[in-house]
Amino acid sequence: MRMRENTILRVAAKSLLPFFFLFAFYVQFHGDFGPGGGFQAGVIFAAGVVLYGLIYGVDAAKAVIPKPWVEVGVALGVLIWIATGVATMLEGGRYLEYGKLDVAHPVHGQHLGILFVEFGVLMAVASGMTLIFYLFAERGR
Amino acid sequence: MDVPVEAFLFLLLLVTAVQVARLRDLYAASMMTAIFSLLSAGLFVLMDAVDVAFTEAAVGAGVATVLSLGALSLTGSREAKKRGQIFPFVVVTLTGAALIYGTLDMPHYGDANAVIHRHLAPDFIRGSAELEIPNVVTTVLASYRGYDTFGESFVVFTAVLGVILMLGTGKGAKP
Repeated sequence: MRMRENTILRVAAKSLLPFFFLFAFYVQFHGDFGPGGGFQAGVIFAAGVVLYGLIYGVDAAKAVIPKPWVEVGVALGVLIWIATGVATMLEGGRYLEYGKLDVAHPVHGQHLGILFVEFGVLMAVASGMTLIFYLFAERGR
Repeated sequence: MDVPVEAFLFLLLLVTAVQVARLRDLYAASMMTAIFSLLSAGLFVLMDAVDVAFTEAAVGAGVATVLSLGALSLTGSREAKKRGQIFPFVVVTLTGAALIYGTLDMPHYGDANAVIHRHLAPDFIRGSAELEIPNVVTTVLASYRGYDTFGESFVVFTAVLGVILMLGTGKGAKP
């Protein structure tokens, strides 16, 4: 956390960061067609936050992604999973039977379900990794 | 032919692993484990397991390294000198031998007639085509193995809870 004077690192990190986050979302939403998915996207997103925190200090990172957000985000990610499962049960299917999300087009329902749960994984992983980083960094002071 | 590239990567992995065990400076050892992860990611790409390579590069070489450096900044970066390291060496050697013995029963790398390629994989590929999702890994993870992935999300959640309980958060926590 003592890199504030290092201009090269600061400039390089700042110009790389937008691509980090863009790439994370590309991996997330392109996960059906190419390699990647919620977990990978979440880790790449968290890696972006960690890089920012390493170069600019944890307080700067917390100003962008506040700690309460990630604390809620971990639980919310798991809750999205549970909610998707409950929704399919309310539609008369089994737990996580995505086809029931769109009764007329089960294939479309599967796409929806996978989209939801991948988003849940993204939230849980991105928030979780970021929160663990924050906790370590806070403790180190 | 791909084999020499993989052999070269395995050789580098071996060198890195020996260095991790030899190094007394734990900062340097952390960087070596990051290199180890990056080399593994390269191997996974060669084996067409791009999703795994992705995860290995991002988690193993990225986040895990930062976290272990963070842990080292809390504890100290020199490994304590210890005598009598014969017993751990014996345990590691026996475990390694058992693992190698275990791989003798595994199908050969790239063997199209392996059981998993004859029974499960065709089913997954057909199912993925029916769902119109080109990436079979996504179909398997999110749909076929939905419960497993759900459980993994819970593992992440539980891990974070554990870290919160150990390192503390909120107003009552001591810095």
